[in-house]
Amino acid sequence: MNTMSAEPIQAVDPMAPRWYRILQRRRENHDTFTLELTPEDGGAPMAFAPGQFNMLYVFGVGEIPISISGDPSQPQRLIHTTRAVGTVTKAMSRLGKGDLLGVRGPFGTSWPLAEAEGKDVVVVTGGIGLAPLRPAIYQLLAQREKYARIVLLYGARTQEDMVFRRELERWSARLDVEIFATVDRATSGWRGNVGVATTLIPHAPFDPDDTIALVCGPEVMMRYTVAALEKRGLEHEQIYISMERNMKCAVGFCGHCQFGPQFICKDGPVFRFDQVRAIFGKWEV
Amino acid sequence: MVVARGDLQQLLDALTAQGYQVLGPRVRDGAIQYDELSSLADLPIGWTDRQDGGFYRLEKRDDEALFGYVVGPSSWKRFLHPPTVTLWRSRRTEEGFELVESPQDPPKYAFFGVRPCELHAISIQDRVFLQGPYVDPIYRSRRAGIFVVAVNCGQAGGTCFCTSMGTGPRARKGFDLALTELLGPERHEFVVEVGSPAGAEILAQVAHRPATPEDRARVAEIEAETSRQMGRQMETAGLKELLYTNLEHPRWEEVASRCLTCANCTMVCPTCFCTTVEDVTDLTGQEAERRRLWDSCFTMEFSYMHGGSVRSSARSRYRQWMTHKLATWQDQFDVIGCVGCGRCITWCPVGIDITQEVAAIRGEPVT
Repeated sequence: MNTMSAEPIQAVDPMAPRWYRILQRRRENHDTFTLELTPEDGGAPMAFAPGQFNMLYVFGVGEIPISISGDPSQPQRLIHTTRAVGTVTKAMSRLGKGDLLGVRGPFGTSWPLAEAEGKDVVVVTGGIGLAPLRPAIYQLLAQREKYARIVLLYGARTQEDMVFRRELERWSARLDVEIFATVDRATSGWRGNVGVATTLIPHAPFDPDDTIALVCGPEVMMRYTVAALEKRGLEHEQIYISMERNMKCAVGFCGHCQFGPQFICKDGPVFRFDQVRAIFGKWEV
Repeated sequence: MVVARGDLQQLLDALTAQGYQVLGPRVRDGAIQYDELSSLADLPIGWTDRQDGGFYRLEKRDDEALFGYVVGPSSWKRFLHPPTVTLWRSRRTEEGFELVESPQDPPKYAFFGVRPCELHAISIQDRVFLQGPYVDPIYRSRRAGIFVVAVNCGQAGGTCFCTSMGTGPRARKGFDLALTELLGPERHEFVVEVGSPAGAEILAQVAHRPATPEDRARVAEIEAETSRQMGRQMETAGLKELLYTNLEHPRWEEVASRCLTCANCTMVCPTCFCTTVEDVTDLTGQEAERRRLWDSCFTMEFSYMHGGSVRSSARSRYRQWMTHKLATWQDQFDVIGCVGCGRCITWCPVGIDITQEVAAIRGEPVT
């Protein structure tokens, strides 16, 4: 029987991609690359919030979730950064200027930049974990006067593995941002810190009573980061993490991205830590 | 209202005349499955089923009951949320790619013989596909026009526990018409409840008489008798908290030593909704297609990310399935994801019993 006539009719099929053309492809390091895309239909650019992601489809190969790494104030250039590690990302890495990609999105929750106003913001990330945070950093810097201290703690395996080198250098040159980088292994020419990103937390300049922390990296890295931030006196309500899971639909139907009661696609990927504390770090959840 | 056995074919005819494709239970491959019905003679007349953990047999009854059995391995899910569906097709053109509109109009279904637990299962999938931030257009188009003839259960199966889950054995809502089969040495009739204007319209085309107080009393008796026959039971009080606080219970390891992670339970479950996608191209590479297929949290691929599967152990996969069904489902959709149909118990090749697993954790909680 028809009992759901009150349901809003969805104009657009949430599973149908929109085609985007690659304007530019940039190599970030040995396996990481950035694509700059523009909608093929010439329609409105995709507005997004820092921390959200898209589903990117390579014709006939498959579709995967990838965070948006561009500037939210420049939505006409849709930017994604990813590592060529799986079937789809490897196929994607072989695409070049002028090729087409299917895009669905944007999906998910975003970094709490409004809540962070007036506070210190500490960003802790490693490797390609900087990609979903770059839009947040662009926005923080564009509205610099709204925040107290802005601190970026960034780790990578070696300096050659760091992504967004140009931005890192540009931000480092600013006097109103404090950047501390570290590498797991020093290669020739590296004169900075050695050790994982969490080792930077104890001495980082922020006021624990008035700080919002934005964290993105592998789960084990985030676990140690949360512990180190707790040690500095941060409450779980001050810490935000971005989670990752297998994802097939991004709209809550496929079930793959479940993390306990949460669907990473629609309840995440950005969570305030107290939302996931009960299951975070539990074995194979 | 009451319809005589001899007049019930008129109900099917009325539905067919209104353009419905009528689907209902039939004997197929040694089990009762849902498929197209062309006449009442297609029903499993005079058959019943015997069910237990990992056990299902059809047996002859000593009467000519039309609905003298419970549920088999298939559920209505396969029509509303099909096992395989094409999401879209895309063709390579001179300039790029174009989407070829593919979704075809679904048939107008009449479900004939929906059990009360299955009505609940449909309402649970409605929450998943229609009431979230996104609406699934495939489910929506298939669901929108269905006509439901529910059948109240006159007997419970060996793995049934709908009374525990509050979903049966009598249908309260969600149907257009609901039948209760009255069988006796001298009578074979169906008490019919009308649940919607569409139901009233169809019933008007079928010979019937008003129900007497005796008929109504008999329906209530049947409900009470069936309730007493439940083969299984599950205590649901505090279930969510019980499972949330027992993620590390040793029972998960114990059940994993029996579980084959074959995914049967998820395939037969009328509420399990998980899917995967498959991307295919034709031989020329000019046309690509994206398909959606039922998937199961029991496979390794389900949780695969670069570097490996999140749930690589059988223990964590069984825990994910059962904890989702009974606990996290409540946070996600405000309802328990289990309707007590017993299919997962019957069709588990090693007879793992969700009601026993709950009882085992409840018996010795670690926290």
